[in-house]
Amino acid sequence: MILVWLIGILMGGGIAALLLGQWNRILPRWISLYTVLAGFLGIISFWIDHYPITQFSNKWLVQYRSDWIPNFGITFHLAVDGLSLLLLALTFFIGLLAIVCSWTDVKERVGFYHFNLLWILAGICGVFMALDLFLFYFFWEVMLIPMYFLIGIWGSENRVYAAYKFFIFTQASGLLMLLSILGLYFIHASSTGIYTFNYLELLGTAIPEETQYWLMLGFLIAFVVKLPIVPFHSWLPDAHAEAPTAGSLILAGLLLKTGAYGILRFVLPLFPAASEQFAPIAMLLGVIGIVYGALMAFSQTDLKRLVAYTSVSHMGFVMLGIFAFNELALQGVVMQLITHAISTGALFIMAGMLKERLHTRDIDQMGGLWKQMPYMGAVGMLFAMASLGLPGLGNFIAEFLVLLGAFKANVWLTIIAALGLIFSAIYSLRIVQKVFLGSYQKDQPVQDLAWRETLILASLIISIVWLGLYPQPVINTAKPMVIYIEKIFAAESTAQSQQDSSILVPLETSKQNKKGTYVSK
Amino acid sequence: MNNLLWLIPALPLLGFLVLSLAGKSLPKSIIALIGAGSVSLSAMISILIGLNFLNHPPTEGFISQTLWTWIEIGNFKPEITFLLDPLSLVFVFVITFIGGLIHIYSAGFMKGDKDYSRFFASMNLFVFSMLVLVLADNLLLLYLGWEGVGLCSYLLIGFWYENPQNGYAARKAFIMTRVGDTAMAIALFMIFSQFGSLLIPEILAQAPQVFQKGDSTITVIALLLLAGGLGKSAQLPLQNWLPDAMAGPSPVSALIHAATMVTAGVYLIARMHVIFELSPIAQITVAIIGAATLLIAGFSACTQYDIKRVLAYSTISQIGYMFLALGLGAWTAAIFHFMVHAFFKALLFLAAGAIIEALHHEHNMFKMGGLKNKMPVIFWTFLIGSASLAALPLISAGFYSKDPILWYAWSAEKGHMILWAIALLGAFVTAAYTCRMVIVTFWGTSKTEMGQMPGSLMTTPLLVLAFFSVVAGFIELPHNFAHFTLFSDFLRPVLPEITMGNETQPEWIFQLMASLATFGGIYISWQLYSKKPLLIPKLKQSSLVATLYQFWFSGWGFDVLYNTIFVKPITYISNINKNDVVDRLYAGISFITVKLYRSLSYTQSGSLRWYAMGLLLGAIIILTIQIVT
Repeated sequence: MILVWLIGILMGGGIAALLLGQWNRILPRWISLYTVLAGFLGIISFWIDHYPITQFSNKWLVQYRSDWIPNFGITFHLAVDGLSLLLLALTFFIGLLAIVCSWTDVKERVGFYHFNLLWILAGICGVFMALDLFLFYFFWEVMLIPMYFLIGIWGSENRVYAAYKFFIFTQASGLLMLLSILGLYFIHASSTGIYTFNYLELLGTAIPEETQYWLMLGFLIAFVVKLPIVPFHSWLPDAHAEAPTAGSLILAGLLLKTGAYGILRFVLPLFPAASEQFAPIAMLLGVIGIVYGALMAFSQTDLKRLVAYTSVSHMGFVMLGIFAFNELALQGVVMQLITHAISTGALFIMAGMLKERLHTRDIDQMGGLWKQMPYMGAVGMLFAMASLGLPGLGNFIAEFLVLLGAFKANVWLTIIAALGLIFSAIYSLRIVQKVFLGSYQKDQPVQDLAWRETLILASLIISIVWLGLYPQPVINTAKPMVIYIEKIFAAESTAQSQQDSSILVPLETSKQNKKGTYVSK
Repeated sequence: MNNLLWLIPALPLLGFLVLSLAGKSLPKSIIALIGAGSVSLSAMISILIGLNFLNHPPTEGFISQTLWTWIEIGNFKPEITFLLDPLSLVFVFVITFIGGLIHIYSAGFMKGDKDYSRFFASMNLFVFSMLVLVLADNLLLLYLGWEGVGLCSYLLIGFWYENPQNGYAARKAFIMTRVGDTAMAIALFMIFSQFGSLLIPEILAQAPQVFQKGDSTITVIALLLLAGGLGKSAQLPLQNWLPDAMAGPSPVSALIHAATMVTAGVYLIARMHVIFELSPIAQITVAIIGAATLLIAGFSACTQYDIKRVLAYSTISQIGYMFLALGLGAWTAAIFHFMVHAFFKALLFLAAGAIIEALHHEHNMFKMGGLKNKMPVIFWTFLIGSASLAALPLISAGFYSKDPILWYAWSAEKGHMILWAIALLGAFVTAAYTCRMVIVTFWGTSKTEMGQMPGSLMTTPLLVLAFFSVVAGFIELPHNFAHFTLFSDFLRPVLPEITMGNETQPEWIFQLMASLATFGGIYISWQLYSKKPLLIPKLKQSSLVATLYQFWFSGWGFDVLYNTIFVKPITYISNINKNDVVDRLYAGISFITVKLYRSLSYTQSGSLRWYAMGLLLGAIIILTIQIVT
């Protein structure tokens, strides 16, 4: 029931903020703060309660299931395992920061703003919990539309263009996913006679090889556009640059993660054979993303665009790690999802703070700010170091594990990916140099961090250092899911090699039903 | 006693944390006390633990202390564990002891700087990172220290950030060493995939069983580790960040060159010596790179004006000697030279810093001159340091540490006449540029007015270092003197003995040759810079000499080379694609869509004649199709 509550309070809080925002401009932000805070405390206490068993449990920690549209086999089925739990905790954490960092920023249509913010979070939570494909698609759309408004209404100069671009990219790719969902639905029905959208029942559907590949691609494209992976990334710099700070924070911190989550939860378990077949291309795309994103980041002069391209580079590691299919790389992926949200989120928040003070995002017009605001300079330095993967900070663990795991899967691609470590140093140091170092060019004094800003950044610093020095809680929580995926593909590759070595075996026996041990009904 | 081990790195870390969080609100005296005090305290603890180690050697040969498990995923289980064995003890001693002296000196040196607390915070972090590097029991933790050292060098080289030039030098240092670091990271991946562990003792124990000597996999691993070492230790071809690293305050240079950072590569190779011994190709590569670097850097040092750049090139050159020794398998000789070098190089940098400070930030030594009588303490200590650098026979520590390397270069199993000849030529060049530096700085006429003289906070560390620059040599004497090998005996449990070649010449011949080289170098410099000062300008008039001089001066053109083949192409590609060519594709799609709908919307013109025309045309086309088919 807690799962329904999590979504419910967000949606309810959003509506309350919208309605009360008509009368009072202060009230909506307090409503959303308390709403998200309640959700955050709820999910954290849930995590603490269940932490002792997360590591060993091989099933869902909690489920909620009821019928929704029984005629079509659509259920309202939510469930949480370690991976979902981590991402939910992240969602509420980032959500909280998003609200605090737009505390005084937003002055127009405050009620509607907070409505959108909370509904995006509700959509994201739904995505991380839904176990019914129809429901999943529903939440996928729920997070899209409010985001469109958030960029289009509260963004900067070029906001309408960016909002359209964001909407069309995600919507078009989402439709491909819908087609694949329907395809899977009908194939399952034709082989078993049961019409269902339920993920657990669809798992292990026997799909002809060719069809499986296309269905997999439908899902995958929706997810890699969100991630994003080169060449589907070009909505990201625009959306990031134009969105308000809270929007960029949620985009980078959470929306991108839904793509990775989708691949982990749906693409790999539903289509293991096709995923394995596609893996080399996927890893290559990941590596291209790493290098291309870094190169692009190096030449940008708009701070938010620059950080957006670093996201492209970092998400390349996610793609590389996912398709390496082994425990180390997958743990690295989970870490990367969390640490990237924190480090890139921090960079976006700081870009927002700089814009507030200097009224520009152009790094050529900055410089020498360390002298004016040493504390912000130090924080900026720390997160630039996180972004370049300095050991001791969370991002290092993530990238190192991904590379360590990917090395087993593909030596040469991993070596090229490791060059990303050099590139990330180049662009990260460029940020620090251009913004904080050098000499200060303007006369007007600039305020260093205010207490509200200190609070936000301090919480991010504590998180990133904690993840860098003691990541074990995250690793333990994600462990069952990660091992589950590793097992699927271990089975897949042995099945593959058996198939290769014994061509004479009748077709029926080699097409075994690959049902994971993870499933529990 | 031994469970205080964790305090050695923890104290500087604590200093860093306190200074970076509260440094702004503390008075300078308290900042200095925290900054220098934390490192000095860990120096004391390491001396106590070291004495305890000597008196009651632990039965396993090392002390270790586990703080917590860092990561645990399947069999990948790196811990935060510190391991102290004789090799790391030597490094810990040098880092904390010399580091502590440098910190005390800095308390005086930096007292006029407005960013006093930031300076000490970064210095403490530097010492912490280096201590983690040498105390790590697994390669991942070592890598943490390794990268931390890179970060701190970046912070400190660019300490005076308002000058963009310093920021450039800082980034150059970070990025060039990161190239090496990345190679090392790949080595770590390979090691993990081969051994299933990153635990150093386990790797060293397993390597000889898993691999045959000369196996190509182990060669690749060794070469990648070497690449990591080349970056940090500023060896060919990743050496040219170090001369620019002079942009930082002088104590920083002392710390980078003596106690931390550049010796990391030496440590890594010595630590992983089993892997290098399994790969003759990698090992001879180490030796060749060391030999080439020591010579290249030596020639460059001869042409510099900036006193700190001379010292920087001399560091590259001396580390070259250490690499040469490592390549020959003379592990303990390399570590011995590291320790001796740490003393005299810290001394030289700190003394140079004092001179520069007294002469109102004048770096050009040809504008110094005549300081012999004006700054007697600095003069004498600098002279002692220089004697050690030039390896003045018998009385200087540098002689005792460098002489064995020269001898092994010829007579070790892996030695070769050419390696020896290069090393000997290097010794000659070293003596020449050292003597040149001393002459133009301290003799002749005074050319710049003196400012404030260094206080006792700065001179005391110099005296201590000068004492050790002489005495440190006597703990390991050549075989043909008294057979006194305290240092190598101490390291013996960790580092194996060198294998000598079949025919060995008597050592005294080599000592004599080395001494002659030293004196030859000194004589040449004395002639050129003191006796016949007009000779050099005359020589420079010939274009060949001038070109060569310029070539050496610019560090053999490596900056230009790397700019042309790496920096410029990458910047170019990145800049022409600033607007992202991929986005053109989508812009194209939307452009075509708009065009299509525009052209289709023309058809809906509202004009009856056009519609009638359309009807007619359509009818004709349909009819035609009907008739034709």
